[in-house]
Amino acid sequence: MWVWIVCLLTAAPALAEPLCSKEVCDNYGYKVRISIKTALGDKAYEWNESEMFLFRATVAFAMRRYTSDETYNVSDIVVCNKTARVSFWFLVTSPANTAQLVPRGQVEAAVRLSRNRINSAFLLTDQTLQFVGILPTLAPPISYDTPPWLIVFGVVMGVVCAGIITLLLSTLLKRTRSKKNLLETEEEEDRRGSITANGRLCESLREKDPGRGHPDDVHLSKL
Amino acid sequence: MDDGERAKDIELRRAPEEPPNTDERPKWDNKVQYLLTCIGFAVGLGNVWRFPYLCQVYGGGAFLIPYLIALLLEGLPLLHMELAIGQRLRMGSIGVWNSISPYLGGVGVASLTVSFLVGLFYNTILAWVLWYLFHSFQNPLPWQSCPTKANHTGLLEECERSTPVNYFWYRVTLNITTDIAVSGDPQWWLVVCLALAWCIVYICFIRGIETIGKAIYVTATFPYLVLTIFLIRALTLPGAMLGLHYLFTPNWETLKNPTVWLDAATQIFFSLSLAFGGLIAFSSYNPQKNNCERDALIVGCINSATSIYASIPIFAILGFKAQSNYNDCLNDNILSLINTFNIADGNVTENNYGEWLSYLNSTNPYEVEQLHLKTCDLQTLLDQSASGTGLAFIVFTEAVIKMPGSQVWAVLFFIMLFTLGLSSMFGNLEGVLTPLLDLHLVPKCIPKEIFTGLICVVSFTVALIFTLGSGNYWLEIFNNYVGSLPLLVIAFFEITAVIYIYGANRFSDDIEWMTGHRPNLYWQATWRVISPLMLLVVFLAYVVVQAQDKPTYEAWNPQYVNFPAPEVLAYPDWVYAICILLAAVPCSFIPLWALYQFIPFVYKRLADRQLKNPFATDGHNILRHIFSQILFLTAYASLIYVVTL
Repeated sequence: MWVWIVCLLTAAPALAEPLCSKEVCDNYGYKVRISIKTALGDKAYEWNESEMFLFRATVAFAMRRYTSDETYNVSDIVVCNKTARVSFWFLVTSPANTAQLVPRGQVEAAVRLSRNRINSAFLLTDQTLQFVGILPTLAPPISYDTPPWLIVFGVVMGVVCAGIITLLLSTLLKRTRSKKNLLETEEEEDRRGSITANGRLCESLREKDPGRGHPDDVHLSKL
Repeated sequence: MDDGERAKDIELRRAPEEPPNTDERPKWDNKVQYLLTCIGFAVGLGNVWRFPYLCQVYGGGAFLIPYLIALLLEGLPLLHMELAIGQRLRMGSIGVWNSISPYLGGVGVASLTVSFLVGLFYNTILAWVLWYLFHSFQNPLPWQSCPTKANHTGLLEECERSTPVNYFWYRVTLNITTDIAVSGDPQWWLVVCLALAWCIVYICFIRGIETIGKAIYVTATFPYLVLTIFLIRALTLPGAMLGLHYLFTPNWETLKNPTVWLDAATQIFFSLSLAFGGLIAFSSYNPQKNNCERDALIVGCINSATSIYASIPIFAILGFKAQSNYNDCLNDNILSLINTFNIADGNVTENNYGEWLSYLNSTNPYEVEQLHLKTCDLQTLLDQSASGTGLAFIVFTEAVIKMPGSQVWAVLFFIMLFTLGLSSMFGNLEGVLTPLLDLHLVPKCIPKEIFTGLICVVSFTVALIFTLGSGNYWLEIFNNYVGSLPLLVIAFFEITAVIYIYGANRFSDDIEWMTGHRPNLYWQATWRVISPLMLLVVFLAYVVVQAQDKPTYEAWNPQYVNFPAPEVLAYPDWVYAICILLAAVPCSFIPLWALYQFIPFVYKRLADRQLKNPFATDGHNILRHIFSQILFLTAYASLIYVVTL
């Protein structure tokens, strides 16, 4: 009995070994690269077993969220080939049967769905917590109902047009007003001229521009 | 002495000139307005995006030597002459040259044409600046990242292969075609921006110098404020010192190259906006007793000082951009290395990258070679120089993205460019309007405001060419052919007219009357000999250099094999003919006008010798008409012939 238990205990890790082989990893696993120092600089934390535990827990959470009924556990996430880069491969085993591996497609879909949550758990981004082979989801371009540039353009155009109209109107008003004034002063002068009896003589005597004079009147006045 | 002066006053006031308008000529509110307007006209976009480029290409500090020599021997004398002649004769460009000699009116007409053509494309550049300005109010800036494809699976290919900044300029803004022969459609967004640009110019111009004088307080001083802000900000950026060191390190070898001297001469000439007629127009609104010598010195020196001052923040920012690109390039390489060799993140930094690379090369050379690491060379990145629209809309916008608070810097930069360009537009439009108004070519029923509006509408309509898909290519043509050669010709005729036809002694007397002292030996020497000679040499050298190789242009063609590199194409023959016409037509007005004036003179002489023919007057007009038509036709025919050769 004891021999069987010992055999089982020694065989268990040996059974786990083929999981981290190259073919299995290529077919069922994903490589992860983590760059904490690049992302956080001085505030970088150290990558240790606890962080690894958190990673496995978040991936388990992602699988649960995606499948929404199967209860994945931390033990279902297998990690292999850890390096000092901080990169490793991980595989997901089915909770019902530890020997059965979850296909790549499902893992990818699950990670895509919860990518944001996984990133936030580690204070990293799509580039610094890199799942090799899973493209980062592109942010949809911001679309506006009215492009902001049209709004600014409309405001500036409105102000300028208003300014042009105001200036033109004020110039027009000034001109008509000065024309009216000129007409009024001319009328007044004409009226003053007709009050005196010998209007024409007064006109010729009054000091005006000789060029503006009426030569006929001057000629007549000589009579 | 007093009696002599009074006699001179009377004599000079009776000098042959057209009687001034019955309305009083408008005048500046104060001297500051006049100086600011001249400075604003001289200081334009070229000071910001042409001079730093030339400085960089021609060995930094060493370029200042030919530049300052050109300023002293060519720029200042011509500037002084234009300001003095405008102030003395109190007319726009056509009137001034007509007053000196009726045969020289063509010089004014040439100035008018050049001012009009330059105004067309200059305002289009301002329209582009407005477009970028309006887009700077978005967060994030639209030229920061590529747009995604329709199904969000990836980025647009054209953008991905080049850069987001290039894509925004060539595709989103210009929607440029692959070839100048392919016209494309007018882009509505550029049309509305162009309309707005012309409206802004019109509102500043409505009441002539009354409104310009108010606007210039803002448009002439604001660029200096922004340049100072940029200077302070740029000097605190990493890599700034690199750019400045690169800019100002003198490379004395370049002085042996004659094109340096040619470029310095042409740069100082175009930078001071000489031969446009605008300076003559501005100074014609001055009181006659005004020290134009001091004005010329002030304007000339401030213009050059602004060029040098502007190049400092520009190059600091370009140094910052080169440094950022270098760091990005290096970090990409580092990432490849640590991913391949599983080195801990953070162990390989920019500092020890070299050591790590050599170590890894010695241990695993094959794998390192497989990575195809990019060579990151800071010098190559710094050498990526750009001038003109490339500097403003591609290089600078890229640098602005990397600065914290990008929107603020982008808005400031584009407002600065707009005000710089607007103050230069005032001079251009003034060079068109004042001669036309002075010659009473405007019917009395049309008030000045409406006439100004008409000019703006006509200019806007013609400038719609530049809003087509191929508009940028046409703008380059206008920039290279209109804004260069004709000005040299006009300036040469200007200075020979003033010195040799009006008379250098008479001109010196005028200046003595206006300023109080006679122009000294420096002015005499430069006006009489040095400047005309220099202009002639520069003109000939320019023609020789231009004629040497067939002109080419760079086209943006996404289908090109080496895209994103621009495709270098040669101009088709019909386009080349248009280029020659653009350069030749303004210049041709000078001889044509002289001939047109000469014909009645010749005919009169002939008629005097013979008996008086009752039909002489009719025949005289018809003959003049026919002769001028034949002249025009032969001129154009010979031009086409030269082109096809």
